[in-house]
Amino acid sequence: MVRKDTKAMNWEPVIGLEVHIELKTKSKMFCRCSADYFGAEPNSHTCPICLGLPGALPKPNVESIKFVQKLGLALNCRIQLSSKFDRKNYFYPDLPKGFQISQYDKPFSINGHIEIKGQENLKRIRITRVHLEEDTGKLTHATINGRRVTLIDFNRSGVPLVEIVSEPEMSSSDEIKDYAQKLQQIVRYLGISDADMEKGSMRIEPNISLRRVGEKALPPYKIELKNINSFKFAQAAVEYEIERQAKILKSAKTPQQETRGWNEIKKQTVSQRSKELAHDYRYFPEPDLVPLSFKPQESIKLKSEMPELPHQKFKRLTLTYELSQYDAQILTRDIKVAEFFEEAVKIAKDHGLSPKEVANTIINKNINVKNTLPAQLIKILLESKKTEEIDDNKLTAIINSVLRENPKAVSDFTKGKETAIMFLAGQTLKRLKVKADPRLVIEKIKNILASSRKRKIES
Amino acid sequence: MKNVDITNLTIKEASKLIASKQIKVKELVNLHLGRVKKLNGKLNAFITICEDQARHQAEKVDILIAQGQKLGPLAGIPFAVKDLFSTKGIKTTAGSKVLENYVPVYDATVISRLKNANAIIVGKTNLDAWGHGASGENSDFGPTHNPYNLKRVPGGSSSGSATAVASGSCLAATSTDTGGSTRQPASFCNLVGLKPTYGRVSRYGVIAMASSLDTMGHMTKTVYDNALILNITAGKDEFDSTASDGIVDNYAEHIDKGVKNIKIGLPKEYFDGLEPKIKAAILKALKILEKLGAKIVEVSLPHTEYGVAVYYIVQPAEVSSNLARYDGIRFGFGREMFGAEAKRRIILGTFTLSSGYYDAYYLKAMKVRRLIRDDFINVFKKVDVLICPVSPTLPFKIGEKNTNPLDMYLDDIFTVNANLAGIPSLALPCGFIDDLPVGIQIIGPDFSEKLLYQVGYAYEQETKWYERTPKL
Repeated sequence: MVRKDTKAMNWEPVIGLEVHIELKTKSKMFCRCSADYFGAEPNSHTCPICLGLPGALPKPNVESIKFVQKLGLALNCRIQLSSKFDRKNYFYPDLPKGFQISQYDKPFSINGHIEIKGQENLKRIRITRVHLEEDTGKLTHATINGRRVTLIDFNRSGVPLVEIVSEPEMSSSDEIKDYAQKLQQIVRYLGISDADMEKGSMRIEPNISLRRVGEKALPPYKIELKNINSFKFAQAAVEYEIERQAKILKSAKTPQQETRGWNEIKKQTVSQRSKELAHDYRYFPEPDLVPLSFKPQESIKLKSEMPELPHQKFKRLTLTYELSQYDAQILTRDIKVAEFFEEAVKIAKDHGLSPKEVANTIINKNINVKNTLPAQLIKILLESKKTEEIDDNKLTAIINSVLRENPKAVSDFTKGKETAIMFLAGQTLKRLKVKADPRLVIEKIKNILASSRKRKIES
Repeated sequence: MKNVDITNLTIKEASKLIASKQIKVKELVNLHLGRVKKLNGKLNAFITICEDQARHQAEKVDILIAQGQKLGPLAGIPFAVKDLFSTKGIKTTAGSKVLENYVPVYDATVISRLKNANAIIVGKTNLDAWGHGASGENSDFGPTHNPYNLKRVPGGSSSGSATAVASGSCLAATSTDTGGSTRQPASFCNLVGLKPTYGRVSRYGVIAMASSLDTMGHMTKTVYDNALILNITAGKDEFDSTASDGIVDNYAEHIDKGVKNIKIGLPKEYFDGLEPKIKAAILKALKILEKLGAKIVEVSLPHTEYGVAVYYIVQPAEVSSNLARYDGIRFGFGREMFGAEAKRRIILGTFTLSSGYYDAYYLKAMKVRRLIRDDFINVFKKVDVLICPVSPTLPFKIGEKNTNPLDMYLDDIFTVNANLAGIPSLALPCGFIDDLPVGIQIIGPDFSEKLLYQVGYAYEQETKWYERTPKL
C-alpha cells in the first residue's frame, strides 16, 4: 500500500525555538521613557537615548535585569554571576544607533529546561540561554500625498526584550505550541510581560530542519521562520515547512538555508533572506556599559521572591483541594483564575461549601474573574443551592389543585407507579414560581395523598 | 571699566575683576567676542560664534551679580566648546559635513554643568572631523591655524579649542581626549590641557569617537584655571554609567602644596630616539622640579611600544560602531559625506570586528591593552607620577603630514597609552623651541588629578611660560 507522503515517513523534524518577549517594566531599558507605548501617538515616548541622538549614552534599567533573572530561575537556568552587554552591529532604519545593545557570550542565564507534553509522557526541552536586549523602532509603509513613504515610530525603541533560546529538541508543531504556551504562562505568572502574540509583545521564531529517523546529528541546514504572530500561524508554518522540506529531501536535495516568513493569505512560508545575505553582526562588548557582577546571595534572594510557578500551583491545588487533574489544569492556566479560586475556597469554607463545588462553578459557569469578586461567586453558588421558605398553606393549596386537575396521575401513583409523583411535583414547582426543594415538595404530595386516602378509608 | 588686556588674562584674574565689579560680565564677553570675530578669518578656530546667546547670558549673569548673589569662580567666564559637545539649540557639527545642520535638543552633561556655573559659551570650535586627527586638517570646515605660527597646525583634534584659548578669544575651552586630542594641541599652543581619568568626567552628550577611550578634558592658560574647571565638570552622572561615583576633590585647594619628596618617574621608553631639542626641554623641566624637592627616578613601561598598534585597532573598531548611526536617515546628510579619515577608520574597524578576525585583532588588542595598564599600575607602586613628552614633534606645517595617515598616527605615540590605561594626564608648557611651544605631560594613577595639578603648579610658578602670548 502506498502511503500518502504527509508526516514525512522517513524524516523527523528537528525544531528549536527563539522567543522574544517584551518586558513590562515601567521605563525602557536604557532611558526613563515609559515602556507602555501600546496605542500611544508615534514618537511620543522618546528621548535622546532611545532616539540614539549623537552623544547619548545608555543607562541600564535594573528592573529589567531582575525580570530576566527571574525568568531564568523559573526556567531552571543557572544565573550567571558575571555578565555584560554587547553591541550587535547591523543597519536597519528602525535601529537608531546602527547597533542593538544585546548580550553575546555572557547572557544573564544559561542551561535551563521546560517540561512540555510529549507524545506519551512529559518531555524536557532544554533552554540554551535567556538574555536581554533592546527592542527596535517600528516602520510603517504608507502613501502620503501620493508619495510612497516609510515612517518610523521610535516609541518601541529601547523597550526591554528578553530572548529565550531553546535547544533544537522539539519534533512536532504540537510540541512547539505547548512549549510556547508554557513559556507564555510562566512569563505571565511572573508578571513580567503580557506576552501577547497579537500585540507583538511575544514573538516566536521556530527554526526547523528534517533528519532521517534514528539519526542523532543535526541536519546540515536550518530554516528560520519569522514574523509569526499567533500560535495558530506558528503551527501552520511549521507544518507547511515539514511538508516542503520533506519534498525537497525526497528528491535527494538539501533545502537551502534561509529565513522564511509566514504568508497567512497564501497559507505558505515565503523566502525572506538567504544565507548569502546573512549578517556578520560584529559583536563586541558595549563600552558604554560596565560589566555586571552578581553575588550568589542575590540569586538566592531572587529565588525567595519568586512566585509559585504554574506546575507548582497545579500540584498544590490537586493535593490540597483534591481537585481532578483536569480541573486543576483549567484553574491554573491563568494565575488570576487560580488566585480567584483560592480566595473563593476560603469564603466557601464558612458556608460549608467544598472546593470541588467552587471549582465546578468557576469552570462550568465560565466565571470572568476580572469582573467578579470571590464573594460574589460564593453568593451565586449559594443561591443556586438555596430553596426558599414556602408558606405551607400556599403549598398545600397548590398541591391540592394540581391533584384535582390530574386525576390520572394521582390514580397511577396510588396504583404503584412511582414516577407519576415526579410529574405531580413538577407541576407543583412550576406553579410555585419560586425555588423550592423538590424533595420537600414530593414529601408533601405524598403526605397529602396518604392523608386523603386515610380519610377515604375512615369515611 | 578697567583697561584690561585680555590676551594674558586668566580665569583667576577675570573672576576677581568681576567680583570686585571692576568689569561687567557683558564687557568681558564683548571683549572676547570682538577678538573671536577679529581673528576667526585668520585662525579658523570657530565653526559657530554664539554672539547673541553669549551677550544674553552675560546680561543675565550681570543681573545676578547686581542682585548680590554669591557666584562661583566660573561665573561670567567666556569659554569655547569643542564642536563635539552637544549644545541645546546650538548647531553641533563634529567638524563633519554629515552633521552640518544638526542642532541638538539637549546639552552634554559637561555643558549643563558649566552653564549652571554661569560660564558663558562664546562659540563652538573647529576640530578634525569626529575627533579623527592630530592636526586639525581633517576638519570639513577647513584647517585651524596655530596662533604662534599661522603656517603651522595647532595640533588636534581639539584644534579650534587650543587656538581659541591661546589667541585670547576665550579664557578656557572644552576638549576631548581619546588618544591625545587635548594634550597634543595644548602642547602645540602653550596651554594647560587635562585628560582626566576615564570616568572622572561624564561623557554624556559628547559625540562619541571611541567610547572606551574618550575622556572629556579642557584647556586653559594656567594650571590653577584648569583645576577650577575640573571642580565643575568632575563627578558622577546618572546618564553615564561609566562615570565614577567617587568623591570629587577640590582641585584648586592646596594646589601650591609643592613637590617636596614627590617621586617622579622618567619612563625610558619615552625618551629613546626622542628629538634632542624636545628631550633637552623636558630634562630642563625635570631639573627645575628636582630643585623644588622632587625625586627623579628612571623607570620602565615595557609594553609602551605596542600602544599605537593597540590603539589603532581598538579605536577604529569602536569608531565604526559609533558612526553607524549617521546613516543618512535622520541627520540630513548621508554616508557619502564622510571624509577620507572617517571612512578609513570605519573600514578598519569593521574589518577587525568581523567574524574570523575578531580574535586575532580586537580581542588580542584588548589583552595587550590590559598589559599596558598593568605596566602603569606596577610603576605607580614605585613613583607618584611620570613625566614624559607629549608629542614627538613640534607643531608641524599645515600640509606637511596629511599625505601619509600612518605618519599622523605616530604623532599619538606618547599620548595613547594614558587613554588605553584610563589614567589621567596633565599637559603643560615647558618652553619654546624655535619660537614654537613644547609641552610635557604629567601622568598619574587613577583619580590622581589633584596631585597632577600640584606638580604642574609648582613647575609653572617657576617658569610662567603662559606669559608668552602669541603675536597676532
